[in-house]
Amino acid sequence: MAVQAHTALARHPQGTVKEIVVISGKGGTGKTSLVASFAALAGNAVLADCDVDAADLHLVLKPTIRRREEFRCGHEAVIRQQDCIGCGACLARCRFGAVLRIDSGADDLWRGAKTTCDNCADGCKRACPVKFADMIETMRAAGGGRNEHGFLIDPTACEGCGVCVWACPVKAIDFPERLSGEWYVSDTRHGPMVHARLNPGGENSGKLVSKVRETARALAEERKAELILVDGPPGVGCAVIASVSGASEVLVVTEPTLSGAHDMERVLELTRHFNIPSAVCVNKWNLNAELTERIEVQARKAGATLAGRVRYDQAVTQAQIQDRAVVELRGAEAGDDIRKVWEAVR
Amino acid sequence: MSGLWRGDDERAVRIAIASGKGGTGKTTVAVNLACVLADSGQTVQYLDCDVEEPNGHIFLKPDITATEPVGIPVPMVDEQKCTGCHKCAEVCQYHAIAVLKKPLVFAELCHGCGGCALVCPEHAIREEQRAIGVVETGRALRQGSRLCPASARQAGQADGVAFVQGRLNVGEPMAPPLIRAVKKKALADGVAILDAPPGTSCPVVATVRDADYILLVTEPTPFGLNDLKLVVEMIRQVGVPHGVVINRADSGDQRVRDFCAGETIPILLELPDDRRVAEAYSRGEIAVRVLPEWRSKLTQLWQGIPKAP
Repeated sequence: MAVQAHTALARHPQGTVKEIVVISGKGGTGKTSLVASFAALAGNAVLADCDVDAADLHLVLKPTIRRREEFRCGHEAVIRQQDCIGCGACLARCRFGAVLRIDSGADDLWRGAKTTCDNCADGCKRACPVKFADMIETMRAAGGGRNEHGFLIDPTACEGCGVCVWACPVKAIDFPERLSGEWYVSDTRHGPMVHARLNPGGENSGKLVSKVRETARALAEERKAELILVDGPPGVGCAVIASVSGASEVLVVTEPTLSGAHDMERVLELTRHFNIPSAVCVNKWNLNAELTERIEVQARKAGATLAGRVRYDQAVTQAQIQDRAVVELRGAEAGDDIRKVWEAVR
Repeated sequence: MSGLWRGDDERAVRIAIASGKGGTGKTTVAVNLACVLADSGQTVQYLDCDVEEPNGHIFLKPDITATEPVGIPVPMVDEQKCTGCHKCAEVCQYHAIAVLKKPLVFAELCHGCGGCALVCPEHAIREEQRAIGVVETGRALRQGSRLCPASARQAGQADGVAFVQGRLNVGEPMAPPLIRAVKKKALADGVAILDAPPGTSCPVVATVRDADYILLVTEPTPFGLNDLKLVVEMIRQVGVPHGVVINRADSGDQRVRDFCAGETIPILLELPDDRRVAEAYSRGEIAVRVLPEWRSKLTQLWQGIPKAP
């Protein structure tokens, strides 16, 4: 899904709007604190929070929501219990472990039929994987068991593929569109912001990220802004790919730990894969000065430029608690460091 | 709802370690808990389900003995047999297969559901594995073993932590199938510790959904609190009992504690902000090895997790 978003974005001419995406690989290295400060320093940027399943930028920027839209994407399977004959075709076909058998503890799956066979044109046989064929025969001969519930779909595991819907011999599975979250266009004290909320446990985070970026891009063109600042998610998967593909520049924020170094390596491999110029900033660098140097060497070898260092400073947590960006705190030393990083990446 | 997922088979107690926010200390809690339990003689397995950025190996330094490729099944269409009926394209929810003059497969969009092969009336579709990553298994040795890993194994002294990790190929978007492959390696007895990725989306659900208990590691900051609320909302949907570990407990403010009290979520452990721990972490060292006083904290954590009768 993310790859699809990528090709869609790549087809758009980039225009003159620059888009800087802040990612990290490892979580908790300070992406959002940096982006909030950059927002304050940039003045005229459009902001986009692409960490859609654990968004935090709004906590600092206190947006006033101007527009709110539902994010509907894909479908989910729902078994109509009153119509389910308990044959188990859905369970046998689902590759995502999303079909739950409610009568757990019964000695065999196929005795779980809750009605007697009504000879639905051999639906069970059609749907049956070969290895269960004998059991199905047994079930039909036995004419069902005592189970009153049958099967249900675990919405948190359903991938929305629709195979069960197709396989159900009595068409007892509905396939409604799935409401996966919301996205918003807001105003903040440092400019307009596009953000979102993926429903907890939600699928399609990559598509929601793409929606946020598209909206931010349109907003930037409309407002004649020259810069989009993107707060990205951790990791290297779907949501990160959707966040960086087609961006003008990536800033990787890491920390001087072996985990930070390891994760930076992978995230730089990703940006190389997508041909995006990358810069690296080591946050809390003075926790381990030696490792910071090694990370910087490693970053340059991986083709990244260096955007500077930010020292470990309690003021970063204090700023968070006061709902402010670090650079908005008077006298914060980390704030001075962040200003230098901003000069390097802008 | 967790009772639903109790299989009929015997299986290890599964403790998942999650957090909405990244960098709160999931891996720290997971590897330290694993070591403390292993040292006390428990059979313990550590499974790194953060397949996008697996870090547990940095601390446990396991001797990897097997690497298996993991793929998802994607369709291969036999053009001789294909009549161009479009049924495959109609069933595919991911637009991963299209039939123009010829059938076209977009393998990177495929979720491997098998729908196309199922509906093809000509049986023209077979499935082939497309690699998305690897699962590595091995063992982290007990501290103090003087033997090299191989001889320790031979001597039967490799009684530390059983280790499993997934490693997603870089550029590959889909983590959940690999997470499921990691979890298939879970032992039949003892304690399995599942180290989850950050966030609240599908990879986290894939990790925690059939756990017996979830430890939520957070920090007492506004970001920590906000992401804790989100992850609690997610966990209530999967219906697994859970408790909170507050890391760097003396930084930040009281709001995380107030939230837990209001929602009656137990706080099982508070870990102080300790520069020695941060430094040990930065070097890839395990806190209980460096600070013996951490051992009792982790034991307290284990005792605080309610056990099934």
